Amino acid sequence: MGENRKSSMSEGPLATRGEAMCDAALAGDRRALAQLLTAVENRTRLAEVAMRRLYPMAGHAQLIGVTGPPGAGKSTLVAALIAELRRAGRPVAVVAVDPSSPITGGAVLGDRVRMQAYAGDPDVFIRSMASRGHSGGLSSATTAAAAVFDAIGFDAVLIETVGTGQSEVEVAAAADTTVVVEAPDMGDEIQAIKAGLLEVADIVVVNKGDRPGAHRTAGQLHAMLADAPHEARSGRPLPKRPEVLVTTAVTGEGVADLLAAIDRHRSKARSSVGDETRLQRAEAQVWAVLSDRLHERIRQIEGSLEDGGARPATAGDLLHRVARHELDPYHAADCLMDMLAGKPDR
Amino acid sequence: MTDRPIKVLIAKPGLDGHDRGAKVLARGLRDEGFEVVYTGLRQTPDMIVTAALQEDVDVVGLSILSGAHMTLLPRICSLMRERGMDDVLVAAGGIIPDDDVAALKESGVAAVFGPGTTIAQVADFLRANCRPRD
Repeated sequence: MGENRKSSMSEGPLATRGEAMCDAALAGDRRALAQLLTAVENRTRLAEVAMRRLYPMAGHAQLIGVTGPPGAGKSTLVAALIAELRRAGRPVAVVAVDPSSPITGGAVLGDRVRMQAYAGDPDVFIRSMASRGHSGGLSSATTAAAAVFDAIGFDAVLIETVGTGQSEVEVAAAADTTVVVEAPDMGDEIQAIKAGLLEVADIVVVNKGDRPGAHRTAGQLHAMLADAPHEARSGRPLPKRPEVLVTTAVTGEGVADLLAAIDRHRSKARSSVGDETRLQRAEAQVWAVLSDRLHERIRQIEGSLEDGGARPATAGDLLHRVARHELDPYHAADCLMDMLAGKPDR
Repeated sequence: MTDRPIKVLIAKPGLDGHDRGAKVLARGLRDEGFEVVYTGLRQTPDMIVTAALQEDVDVVGLSILSGAHMTLLPRICSLMRERGMDDVLVAAGGIIPDDDVAALKESGVAAVFGPGTTIAQVADFLRANCRPRD
C-alpha cells in the first residue's frame, strides 16, 4: 500500500498504530472505534491509514439522512428510529451534527439529550459532531464517519444534519435515503413548491403529529410534491415524488411506518437512481480531500518560496493583495494554480 | 491539527433536576471555543461513561447539587478506568462541601469547582490539564 503517497506512509509507527486501531475496532472495541472517528474528524494521517483499510469494507450499510429546520424534532425522531431498528435486531449508528460557532469555533452538541435510552446497548453508537465551518448542513467528516461505521458492521447509519433552512441539500449525497422533517404549519403550498431542500427529499415527515395542523400540512405537502403531475421529458431530470408521512416522535406513533417507507425507498434506490447518489457521494468525498490537500500544498509553497526567495509572491502575499484590492480574486487564483504547477509568474 | 477544539462532555449524574448551571457552563465553554456535548438530566454513571467513550471527549464535567457526589462521582471515575479512559480529565462542579474534595480527588476527580467559579477559571484549567490532542 501507499504507492502514490509514500511520504505519508513512511511513518511506520503511525501505520502500525492505525492498523492496530482498526483491528481493535473491527473486533468490537468501542473505544478504538471512537478514536478512529476522532482521527477522521480531525483529518489526521492516522485517518488516512485507517480509511485505506476500512473504506473497501464499507458500502453495505443503509445510510439514512434526517434533515429539517431547527426544532422540528429531528433528534427525537432519530431516537424513535433507533428504537424501531433495534426492534428489528439491527445494529445502528448515529452521526449527529450541530453547528460550530463562526466566532469562536466552539459548539454545543445537544442531540444526544434526546437519545439517552441506549447506553446499555452495545449495538447502538451515537457520535456528535460539530460542523466546524462547513456550511452544507453536515461537517466535512460526516460521510467518512458514516463509512467507518459501515465498515465496522453497523447495518444502519442515521445521519442527522444541523437544523437546516431551505437549501442545505448536502445530506442527499451523503445518504441513500433522505428524510426531510417538517413541523406542522411550516408554511403554505408556496413553501412546498420552492426549490431546495424539499426537492431532495425521498420521504417528507410532518412530525409533532399530535399538534393541530399536522395533517393539513401533510395534505398540502402531498398535493404539491407527491400528487403533482410529473411529465417525463427526455434530457430533464424527473422530480422526486416523496412519500409524505405524519409522525409523533415522542410517542413513537407513525415511526414504524416511516421505517417501512425508508426500506421501500432503499429497495428502489438499489437501482440506477442509487448509483447516481453513490457517485455524488464519491465525488463529494474526493473533492473534500482534494481541497484539503490543495490548502496544504499552498501553505507549503508559501514556505518554500519564503526560503528560496526566488519569486516575488507567496500565497499569503497574494491574499493580502486581494484584500487591498490590488489584485482581483480570479487573477490571484490563476497565480496559485501556476505556482502549484511550478510555472513561472504571470 | 493541534488547534482542534477541546471536546467536553457536560453531564448531570443522578436524581437532580437543576441544570441551569450546567447549561450556563456549556454555553460559556462554547464561547471559549470548546466543543461541548450536553447529555441532559438524570444520567446514570453508565450512561455518562458510555457517552464519554462514544464521543471520545477530552474532558468529562459533572454537575451535581443533590448531595450524592460521594457515591456517584467515584463510581463514574472507576467505570472510566475500567474502560481504559485514564487519559480523560474529570472535573466536578455544583454544591460539594470542601470536606469532601480531598476524597473526590483521591477517587480521580481532578478539580472541584464551587459556586463563584468563573467560566474563564474553568476554561483555563481544562486547557492546562487536558490530554494532548493530535
